[in-house]
Amino acid sequence: MTTASPELGQFEQQDRDALEVGTTATTAEKGRVLVPWRFFAGRAGFYLFTLWAAITINFFLPRFMKGDAVSSYLARNRNISPEAADSLRILLGIDTDKSMWQQYVDYWAMLFRGDLGISTLHGLRPVAEVLSSALPWTLGLVGLATIISFALGTVGGAIVGWKRGSRLDALIPITTFFNTIPYFWLGLIAIAIFSSTLKWFPSSHAYGKGQSPEWSLDFIGQVITHGTLPAVTIIIASLGGWMLGMRNMMLTVLDEDYITVAQAKGMPNRRVLWAYAARNAVLPQVQSFALSIGFIVGGTIVMEMVFSYPGVGKLLLDATNAKDFALMQGVFLVITLSVLVANILADIVYAYLDPRTRQTEA
Amino acid sequence: MSVPTSTENTAPDGRPIPTGMQETATFRAPGVVAPPRKTFWTQLVQAFAMFRNPKSVAGLIILGVFVLVAIFAPLLAPYGPTQKDRTALRQAPSLDHWLGTTHMGEDVLSQLIFGTRGVVVVGFLSAIIATVIAITIGVIAGYVRGWKSESLSALTNVFLVIPGIPLIIIVASQFENPPLIVIAAVLGLTGWAWGARVLRAQTMSLRNRDFIQAARANGEPLHRIITVEMLPNLMALIASSFVGTVTAAILGLTTLAFIGVIPVSNLNWGTILFWAQQNGAFPRLWWWYVPAGLCIAIIGVALSLINFGIDEYVNPRLRSAGERARAMKKKGLDVNAPVTAVREVPVTGADPATSQTTKIQNANTQK
Repeated sequence: MTTASPELGQFEQQDRDALEVGTTATTAEKGRVLVPWRFFAGRAGFYLFTLWAAITINFFLPRFMKGDAVSSYLARNRNISPEAADSLRILLGIDTDKSMWQQYVDYWAMLFRGDLGISTLHGLRPVAEVLSSALPWTLGLVGLATIISFALGTVGGAIVGWKRGSRLDALIPITTFFNTIPYFWLGLIAIAIFSSTLKWFPSSHAYGKGQSPEWSLDFIGQVITHGTLPAVTIIIASLGGWMLGMRNMMLTVLDEDYITVAQAKGMPNRRVLWAYAARNAVLPQVQSFALSIGFIVGGTIVMEMVFSYPGVGKLLLDATNAKDFALMQGVFLVITLSVLVANILADIVYAYLDPRTRQTEA
Repeated sequence: MSVPTSTENTAPDGRPIPTGMQETATFRAPGVVAPPRKTFWTQLVQAFAMFRNPKSVAGLIILGVFVLVAIFAPLLAPYGPTQKDRTALRQAPSLDHWLGTTHMGEDVLSQLIFGTRGVVVVGFLSAIIATVIAITIGVIAGYVRGWKSESLSALTNVFLVIPGIPLIIIVASQFENPPLIVIAAVLGLTGWAWGARVLRAQTMSLRNRDFIQAARANGEPLHRIITVEMLPNLMALIASSFVGTVTAAILGLTTLAFIGVIPVSNLNWGTILFWAQQNGAFPRLWWWYVPAGLCIAIIGVALSLINFGIDEYVNPRLRSAGERARAMKKKGLDVNAPVTAVREVPVTGADPATSQTTKIQNANTQK
């Protein structure tokens, strides 16, 4: 958790006049753009390993489960002959003649073909198709809300840390309180107040009834009004963690000598705050963003149940209730994949922000 | 070896020095004051030093109240948790039913009191499971080197990255009627990774301190180095990750109960919310769904308070920074003002504009 000295951070700032911005350096060397290949290679290895672990867990999950998809499918559709049920079993890949290893290899082969199996819950449509209609809603809502929450929390935490000892300190217990409330309860209360009582926002679905997705102003407006309440509740519920983390890191960084030096050099406060203190305090924040995104995404998919939002979270819950294993696997895979992609993005941001990752290359 | 902690990590008064992340291995000269004799009681008091601050105490008191409610539920609850009163359906709070009744005439307060049991038992049980795993993996990963450490670290990161709640939903849906221990185990098995990561980092920094080197040079066995030399220095982090896991487990349990993955026979606050939502309590029957959610929030705040206290013990700057800033403000200084703030103190107390002023220089960076 040591912090980089800001001097190292000036690889990006070479085009500025060093004398003008007030450093003590008299010459500014033109630095090469260093791409931290070794850092990226290490991370890539980790992601491949995680991906393999997730897919393997995914493979074993339905095989350790009680009950099978076909029986619960038959329970819903009574007029199916035993022969049809058998062929359905073969279609779903749960005929048990093959060895476990053979099934595992087949599973990988299917994944490489982009074949995730078929969903018994959605009229035997391919899982990939069902997922692709649900994924944009979740990515849009949860992704956007998480990024806004992270940005607000980090900037807010930086300001609260900077103005330490002021009234702004009260923000920390308040946001922590909202952080400890379960998402779904906050969502239900929000619906009760803003939707049922005040009628400001619709309480469920992603767009009005009888509409189909299209690129029109009317439809986009509807998506925004329907998405506001879920997004705002996600932001409120997850803001506290980011704010607390950033504020604690700021308090630590602000005691560092280079902050004193920066102030002694007569730099404007704003520059000390953002370019020196916040710049260094944000590093652990980005790391914890990468690591906790799985936790956050997991928590917020419950939101979709509360708001009847047509995303993957609702899909997962429906699939669980109907024992639609192929769909469950698909949803879990997609959620894990998106979390991994978010992690990769966070890594790239981290490599950009922390010069030490680049320095080890030299 | 009856002196597990050297002057290296023990303050002159015998108090262990907080082993925060910022700590460096600076040499501390032994104090003039001889350390007081160690007895069982002084060591016990030391072990709980991280809870000795107002925030932690407040959190512990609130938590204690919930634990007591869970233990004495049958004595406290005015009715049985599933006792139905057909004459009082969906009633607002009254003297008979302090928090009203459900659609079946069950007393909400009694359900809440009995539901505390499920929450407290699962919360602590899964936190114990998670903490034991976290200590084992984290400390070993921090102590060993090379590929062993890296692979344990990779395992930890995999568990951190894989989204927990979807996995739990899938696993928990396997059981027709999962007992509390299974729910606690699943929550614990998916929730240990964060603690392990923090403990690994701290163990790695401890590993190279002189007192560990000395213990190794003395030929102490590995298990003794870990349990006697290292664990006391990791206590604050272990406590903080335990408390964090309790919070996560309670949120996880209530979430699972709310979405109906955990059967309703297992009464907890999440189940109350599940029934409330299933039976159209929203938004009118507020007494049915508001108290349960508030209880989750209150126990969560209590646990965060404990953790705030531990954080401030580990990293004293978190508290002192605000105190310093407030003290300077009282003197009329701004903590963020440019380096030499010039304070004007009126000598006579007359009109400051005309009176002679003394200029006092204050470096705002004074600690």
